[in-house]
Amino acid sequence: MSTFRLEIVTPEHKVYEKDVNMVVVKGVSGELGIMPNHIPLVTPLKVAPVKAKIGNDNEFIAVHGGFMEVRKDKVVILAEAAELGNDIDVSRARLAKERAERRLAQKQADMNAQRAELALRRAIARLETVDDMK
Amino acid sequence: MAKGMREIKRSIKSKQNTKQITKAMEMVAASRLRRAQEAAVAARPYTDKMKEVVSSIASASGGSKHPMLQSRPVKKTAYLVITSDRGLAGGYNANILRKVMQTIKEKHNSKDEYAVFVIGRKGRDFFARRDIPIVDEVTGLADSPKFSDIKDIAAKAVQGFEAGTYDEIHLAYNEFKNAVTQIPTLKQLLPLGEMKAGGDKADYEYEPSAEEVLNVLLPKYAETLVFSAVLEGKASEFGARMTAMGNATKNATKMIADLTLVYNRARQAAITQEIAEIVGGANAQQ
Repeated sequence: MSTFRLEIVTPEHKVYEKDVNMVVVKGVSGELGIMPNHIPLVTPLKVAPVKAKIGNDNEFIAVHGGFMEVRKDKVVILAEAAELGNDIDVSRARLAKERAERRLAQKQADMNAQRAELALRRAIARLETVDDMK
Repeated sequence: MAKGMREIKRSIKSKQNTKQITKAMEMVAASRLRRAQEAAVAARPYTDKMKEVVSSIASASGGSKHPMLQSRPVKKTAYLVITSDRGLAGGYNANILRKVMQTIKEKHNSKDEYAVFVIGRKGRDFFARRDIPIVDEVTGLADSPKFSDIKDIAAKAVQGFEAGTYDEIHLAYNEFKNAVTQIPTLKQLLPLGEMKAGGDKADYEYEPSAEEVLNVLLPKYAETLVFSAVLEGKASEFGARMTAMGNATKNATKMIADLTLVYNRARQAAITQEIAEIVGGANAQQ
């Protein structure tokens, strides 16, 4: 089975670098499955889990926004933050989710609401990533 | 022991203490400098990739009409100044702040024409003392800052530009040349100006469309530029501190050597005088 190189890079470091068979991401206009020899493509991503398929195994990475660049033999995801499924602290993510939900319920000023919503989306992405792994 | 001698001795002791401290600070700064440099290098792939994609979109499509790429008449300028939280770093803060003040004085007549975003306590205090409008500030940045630490202030500046509050954003930071040389730099962050495609041209498909990708990417790219400036600023800070403390240690060593010489001379003089007194006393008894 042919593979391509998947890299996930944040401003701080390279989170992920492996040869994979397929990657499934959630772009702003819907879910995308990328396989080797895909046409070059650039798309922004939603805050959501990214699935990487290696053989029969699936690996999950929580990617917080950013965008994806696809080339023939390489896919690069640039995100402000990304975590491998195994590194996610579930209880912390759950707490963050509750906190964000509470803040949203209170409906404060726009700026705060925006931030709370982003935090909520991140927390949900983390939890989904962990759920997917099971 | 003569009175003068005791004073000299105390002074030597105090210089030795100072030397110990500056020496320790020098070594701490040296090790942090290494880490800061590594962080700056680690951030490079992200910035490079971002630049590559942004410029390939901007040059390929009609995207160069995007407001963030085009300059417009300047009514208000924002300065994003990166300083340190602590002093004892030689001219690190003074140089960059002087440069910013000079530019402000040259270019602007009234306070309505500019605003300042500041990172670092030193810069904040400096501008606050001079009654310069500070829009936002970040202090207490860690030695190896995370993107999320500066994301808010960077996003605020970029949004200010998008909303038309500022027509230009300049980034002021110390460019890191090497451990001894840091160059205070004032760079235009926004508008980004003409973007040229690199050698490696790929014809991308854009999902959903080139403009929309550009809308998302350009603010991010600007924020990334701010982040790499912060990392470079950190490296410069430690470089400057290392050099400053190295000089301080050297000066202390020299002062100690000089004082020891004076001390020994005084000691010898005292001994000679004592002998002379004894000899004089003995002679008188004969």
